[in-house]
Amino acid sequence: MAGLAPTYGRGAMTNHWVDISNANLVLSMGGNSAEAHPVGFRWVMEAKEKNNAKLISIDPRYTRTGAVADYEVNIRTGTDIVFLGGLINFLLETDQIQHEYVRAYTDVSLIVKEEFGFHDGLFTGYNPDENTYDKSSWSYEFDDQGYVKRDDTLQHPRCVYQLMRQHYSRYTIDMVENVCGIPSQNVQEVWNMIAETAVPDKTMTILYALGWTQHSIGAQIIRTGAMVQLLLGNTGLPGGGVNALRGHSNIQGLTDLGLLSNLLPGYMRLPSAEEQDYQGYIKKRAKQPLLPGEVSYWKFYERFHVSLMKAWYGDAAQADNNWCYDWLPKLTEPLYDVIYTFERMHKGKLTGYFCQGFNPLASFPDKNKTSEALAKLKYLVVMDPLAVETAEFWKNYGELNDVDSSQIQTEVFRLPTTCFAEDDGSIVNSARWLQWHWKAAPPPGEARPDVSIMAGLLHRLQRMYREEGGAFPDPILNLTWQYSNPEDPGAEELAMEYNGRALTDIYDSNRNIRRRKGELLDDFGMLQADGSTSCGCWIYAGAWTEDGNQMARRDNADPFGIGMTLGWAWAWPMNRRILYNRAAARPDGTPWGPEKRLVWWNGHRWVGADIPDFPDASPPSAGVGPFIMNQEGVGHFFGGSMMMEGPFPEHYEPFESPIVGNPLHPNNPQAVNNPAARVFPDDRARFGTAKEFPYAATTYRLTEHFHFWTTHAKLNSIMQPQKFVEIGESLANELGIKEGNKVRVSSKRGYIEAVAVVTKRIKPLQITGQTVHQVGIPIHWGFKGVAKHGFLTNTLTPAVGDANTQTPEFKSFLVNVEKI
Amino acid sequence: MTLQVTRRQFFKLGAAGMATSSMAMMGFAPDAAQASIRHFKLTGAKITRNICTYCSVGCGMLLYSRGDGSINSTDDIYHVEGDPDHPVSRGSLCPKGAGVLDFIKSESRLSHPEVREPGSSEWKRISWDDALDRIARHMKDDRDANFETHDENGNLVNRWLSTGFLAASATTNETAYLTHKIVRNLGILSFDNQARV
Repeated sequence: MAGLAPTYGRGAMTNHWVDISNANLVLSMGGNSAEAHPVGFRWVMEAKEKNNAKLISIDPRYTRTGAVADYEVNIRTGTDIVFLGGLINFLLETDQIQHEYVRAYTDVSLIVKEEFGFHDGLFTGYNPDENTYDKSSWSYEFDDQGYVKRDDTLQHPRCVYQLMRQHYSRYTIDMVENVCGIPSQNVQEVWNMIAETAVPDKTMTILYALGWTQHSIGAQIIRTGAMVQLLLGNTGLPGGGVNALRGHSNIQGLTDLGLLSNLLPGYMRLPSAEEQDYQGYIKKRAKQPLLPGEVSYWKFYERFHVSLMKAWYGDAAQADNNWCYDWLPKLTEPLYDVIYTFERMHKGKLTGYFCQGFNPLASFPDKNKTSEALAKLKYLVVMDPLAVETAEFWKNYGELNDVDSSQIQTEVFRLPTTCFAEDDGSIVNSARWLQWHWKAAPPPGEARPDVSIMAGLLHRLQRMYREEGGAFPDPILNLTWQYSNPEDPGAEELAMEYNGRALTDIYDSNRNIRRRKGELLDDFGMLQADGSTSCGCWIYAGAWTEDGNQMARRDNADPFGIGMTLGWAWAWPMNRRILYNRAAARPDGTPWGPEKRLVWWNGHRWVGADIPDFPDASPPSAGVGPFIMNQEGVGHFFGGSMMMEGPFPEHYEPFESPIVGNPLHPNNPQAVNNPAARVFPDDRARFGTAKEFPYAATTYRLTEHFHFWTTHAKLNSIMQPQKFVEIGESLANELGIKEGNKVRVSSKRGYIEAVAVVTKRIKPLQITGQTVHQVGIPIHWGFKGVAKHGFLTNTLTPAVGDANTQTPEFKSFLVNVEKI
Repeated sequence: MTLQVTRRQFFKLGAAGMATSSMAMMGFAPDAAQASIRHFKLTGAKITRNICTYCSVGCGMLLYSRGDGSINSTDDIYHVEGDPDHPVSRGSLCPKGAGVLDFIKSESRLSHPEVREPGSSEWKRISWDDALDRIARHMKDDRDANFETHDENGNLVNRWLSTGFLAASATTNETAYLTHKIVRNLGILSFDNQARV
């Protein structure tokens, strides 16, 4: 996600499941959707049947996706930027790009500051002591009016086009073969297939998942994929885009609603500690257009922010107290992510921790560290429908969880909650569709909904603060709570609260009334910065209007026959199904081709099969760009200062790599791994080397299981009963391991034992002249549930994350394998 | 004794009138008729529309339950099917979704609050009020002891860094929104969900 927003403006899947069937080519890379999203994957098969589309699968292993692919290649885990950077170089040098799209809809003509540069693996401004960059040179050259300078001939040596060309010139096909382990002939054939979609009326869609995300350079891998789609003119079109296939049923919703350390709902950001001044906080985020006439929709940030403060604090939020700006907690660290938090917990700096339907002992890197950290808490609260491992981190399960309960002083509460079948509400699928569901039955025993538990805790705290006083109770005591049952707020009234409503009568500029006091808002265009509207999540405005619950709509009509069922559920933003869909038309407003009609200009306004992601009355002659969240209105090849490790994606090796050094920068030890990654010293001490742990390991999930839930379900446990690891035939032969043998897989951080599946699906790769074996480890099974109990896979994984997101490097690390 | 009766034989027997229907009542129904009994499994079931709780495809799901909502009956889900109207899944479910009944009814489902006291190796059942009272007391004691109004540079920061919270990517938007509203206003910054990993 953190790679998509800096490129296109929003960190979300650009297209949607059914739209995959409009593709002419499907690139599955960094994901295995046939395995992990089987029903969604049917739309890939539909594309093959309907459009004669081809499917390319690039993965460390031969997978279920690879099994039905037209072209299947295996890549060394963690080297995707080399493959994609090589592709960018190939497309540019052979001039197979969508010229009209690239010139009109991307930043190729913009001119970058003279001070910007890249030398021997590092961008300008690197501070090796802090592992951070001074990003002041990562910017444009501006004219007198504050707009970016440009050269539409693309000849200027510092225009984005020339800089990009120069940057990727090092990514030759030989480099790709050497680093990724794919024979150059195969690389060339895949590139040729992809290059065919540079024509205006053909699209490739990219499907990726955690195979791109869970790397120390994950966000930059995603960005490279997004750049490829800009070069080919594939983003914004039906059957195009970069489709982030999310792993959980509502991970999109929780991200949209800002349940991350540094966010507020709707991708707004918490202030940093230095931002003491409210006006400065708003000004920095209300981003103004950097080219004349562009939309730059974040310029309305204050409307979204004030409406949120009104939703949270009601009458307590007023202009003269800056809408309670001082009440918001302020950040000193960029992120208080889970690796950071468990590092602090391990140092004894946390007292309490809550796990609401989340199983960190099983899900976080370095399980032994996680376990030690939890043991230092005074209290731990686990709210879950299931008896999960985390709640019993203190209990001895032999080798699987070897702890001494008597030595662990943590007080642990285990609270039973409802599951999806037992509550009403909406969840957001990967394609940004908010779909409503209804309660079918009561939960078992005394289990309660999470909202009721949260309300119960809040009310107790409020009572204690009123009676006893204490630390800064203002936000707690002033939280709006207008729910019909204060002990158990209903899903409907919460949905209306995040949709937003008018707090006074609202008029348009002609004094026509738009909304009466108390009425629900139609969309975020109605939000105001003067406190006259409230809205808990601005991008969800429109989900529940005066016309009722839009998320519960069930009209599956598809009038244009291209899978845009606009009457089914509701998608953010504004029910738009394909993001940036203005780019599905030429600059003059006509579709790129008859098969790619999506939205077009009819002489008066933008119309078509989708809701325009664009000001619908802005004529093509105005030349407004399609990427309306970006300040320049265009897609970014040059990421500016938005990414931690540089404006152009560069390959760095995984922190545990099976080879020595970074073949792209063999002489610079600072450029072996991500130079901007944050690594805590204790975690660094737990990294292994290829000498001790020679095999590259990667983790993944199986169709039959969902994380650590379905090992509690009988049917799934019958289908996949027991922990296994996948080992290629040649490595198995070397180690004398036979199918079904028990093996021990160890990393610097611990070991697991599992049954060996000896397979042709994993082949050794030739990397810089050496043979690299990869080992596949499913994430499932633990020491609870009805399936055969097993070791937690995350015993093996390292606690290092992507420099932007701190998402752990679960996909590339080193292990040793022994027969036992 | 089992009596195999084909459909044709059954209708022939039908000519014999009353005797046939009493045979059927005694269990001598033909194979086809027996097979059709499965068709009636869902008759009278309440059908509730839902969305699969596992991956992010968001397949439409129909949950079939017994019980009509009346005060002395408890609904009980006993069958799950794909929703044929759903534009993405069109009635399909994957092996996980098709087996979701075993998750809903897993023997691992928790049914009452419990506490594990420091140093203990056992769970102890407690009431909701006890659990929430004790947890809220821990929270307030920790928050009062460790809340930071200002950082070391004198900036107003109003934050509580000694307790953290993980939210769940399987909960609804409404649950998530309310959770965020409470957690952030306690001043918590160590706040994440599965999107982080």
